[in-house]
Amino acid sequence: MTTLATAAKAPSSLFDRLWAQHLIQSNAGGGDLIAIDRVFLHERTGGIALKSLRAAGRGVAEPRRVFCTMDHIVDTFPGRGDETRMPGGTAFIVQTREAARAEGITVFDIGDPRQGIIHVVSPEQGIVLPGLTVVCPDSHTCTQGAMGALAWGIGSTEAEHALATRALRLTRPRSMRVWVEGALEDGATAKDLALTLLARHGSRGGQGHVVEFAGPAIERLEIEARLTLCNMAAEFGAFTAVIAPDEKTFAWLEGRPFAPRGARWERAVSFWRTLRSDDGAAFDREIVLDAAEVAPMITWGSSPQQACGIDGCVPERPVGAAAEIHDRALAYMDVRPGEPVEGLAIGAAFIGSCTNSRISDLRRAAAILDGRRVADGVRAICVPGSGQVKAQAEAEGLDRIFLAAGFEWREPGCSMCFFAGGESFGPRERVVSSTNRNFESRQGPETRTHIASPEVVAASAIAGCLADPRKLFR
Amino acid sequence: MDPFVRLTAVALPLVRANIDTDIIIPSREMKSVSKTGLKDGLFAGWRYTEIGGREPRPEFVLNQPGYCDAAILLGGENIGCGSSREHAVWALHEYGFRSVIAPSFNPIFYNNCVRNGLAPVVLPLEVITALAEQVEAGSGTAQVTVDLDALEVTGPDGRGHPFSLAEEDRVALINGYDAIDLTLLHRDAIDGFIAQDRDLRPWVYL
Repeated sequence: MTTLATAAKAPSSLFDRLWAQHLIQSNAGGGDLIAIDRVFLHERTGGIALKSLRAAGRGVAEPRRVFCTMDHIVDTFPGRGDETRMPGGTAFIVQTREAARAEGITVFDIGDPRQGIIHVVSPEQGIVLPGLTVVCPDSHTCTQGAMGALAWGIGSTEAEHALATRALRLTRPRSMRVWVEGALEDGATAKDLALTLLARHGSRGGQGHVVEFAGPAIERLEIEARLTLCNMAAEFGAFTAVIAPDEKTFAWLEGRPFAPRGARWERAVSFWRTLRSDDGAAFDREIVLDAAEVAPMITWGSSPQQACGIDGCVPERPVGAAAEIHDRALAYMDVRPGEPVEGLAIGAAFIGSCTNSRISDLRRAAAILDGRRVADGVRAICVPGSGQVKAQAEAEGLDRIFLAAGFEWREPGCSMCFFAGGESFGPRERVVSSTNRNFESRQGPETRTHIASPEVVAASAIAGCLADPRKLFR
Repeated sequence: MDPFVRLTAVALPLVRANIDTDIIIPSREMKSVSKTGLKDGLFAGWRYTEIGGREPRPEFVLNQPGYCDAAILLGGENIGCGSSREHAVWALHEYGFRSVIAPSFNPIFYNNCVRNGLAPVVLPLEVITALAEQVEAGSGTAQVTVDLDALEVTGPDGRGHPFSLAEEDRVALINGYDAIDLTLLHRDAIDGFIAQDRDLRPWVYL
């Protein structure tokens, strides 16, 4: 009896709970069969997965729990249709749409006011909910962990698996807690927190782990900031990230189109309140950060971990094996050790992506742009994350601020976060971007990407060079 | 999926950290709504002289004599990072690769390898660097063996290097199992789980 009682009281982590609540069975081979609550598809791989499923004589087991959006290669120019600048892109859009409709899957299509980047649309429609398992053939699915869900990116074959069986076979990941003390200071954002974590612990820091972000600084973050932070768990190499849902989460979700209502809502909230880590819960690893140490950041290299303060300098060459990677990044980015990053001349500025394209991101950027002009020779683009974000921004007049400053104001989509063969920034063009990846040629052949918060992007667009937004307000 | 038990083949030395999926198959090379037609786009950015072109860049190792038949990839840390696109694995497979040996893998890329019959092998960086040096010394004629039965990689010098692989993944690779078929054997368990869960968490079921 004592043993049983003790076992029942063993402290659990949020991840332990989510895993246990979805465990169908443990397989003989050591893997677990995990129930999947939501599957998301997009036009880049959705059509392939659905066609392949049909070709194998299988179907979608429960289409009501599957959603599809057009985001990856759809054009973002005003007046866009199925035609895209990506060669062959239209076929992906048309075939994904046809296959999804044939299966009875909800499609957030071009022209639908709900259309947008899946990791923006899902929370705003209340599709992701606390405690759900959510998968999508997209590496930034971890974004949705900010709502208290276990959400992770998969490949197309795994997507077929989830569609056909409503489950996935998984080896249980390890667990990590990133405990963030204190509070972010004025001018520091969730993006800067993510880049600080990456700069200190590397782009493999989270590898193989489900990372729970917790602590006073995380509790203080608004929901959209939490989405930004969890988004970059992909760059941290993590299996995914999760944040315990709290009253802010519930208030944010209540009344959203796909969220439960009435008595079912009340019941859901009381269940969701149990979704947290117990005191004394065990984690395989733990990292502690002090939010007060976080300042506006920017990447100087071609990996997200190659980041420093916006008022800092390109780091000196390290010794040992890391030197070669460092040298390659310096050469690619055309920067020198010891050189201040502030003042590097830019050719373009981009605000958008599943990291930073939500209404709060656009409001903060607009506050900097209001009454100012983008520097001559800088191409500046803003791509709202969804039709709903765009409509809200226009209702608040933010579009007029962006346009008056000299920004392009686009239709929703992933846009130039990555190069798909169509639109891109120029060769060796230096771009400051609110996106998540600065890999070689990510935004165009030989394009040099510096990733940062929307504030840093806006300030840099005005200055014509990498700039510290704090100085604009002094 | 073809079963993979043992393979002796030419290995491509590409021991560089953070080879992301866009390097393995650039997005612009994913031209049709299909899992095939990708092998010419494999490593396109490094392999050809121009974006979208097909003129081989002689410096790139895959274009050098002896390496064009490579079936084993010797990679660096964090291989397959970035986009989750399975096209990276489809392109490798279509070209003829059947195994990737690296010190660490992106988890999505790792799973995609297993699901497509490419054996993912984790070995220490020093071991992979030594294997790459032996392969380069033999100008592509030196062969490497990956054995999933013995869970051992054998280098051109005949030295064995044991590795570990999750048993479920090993069984799937050796038998060429289709994971969906395996899971559908447990359909009753899935239905039973969902029936109970509908009572516990009714809001999940739209």
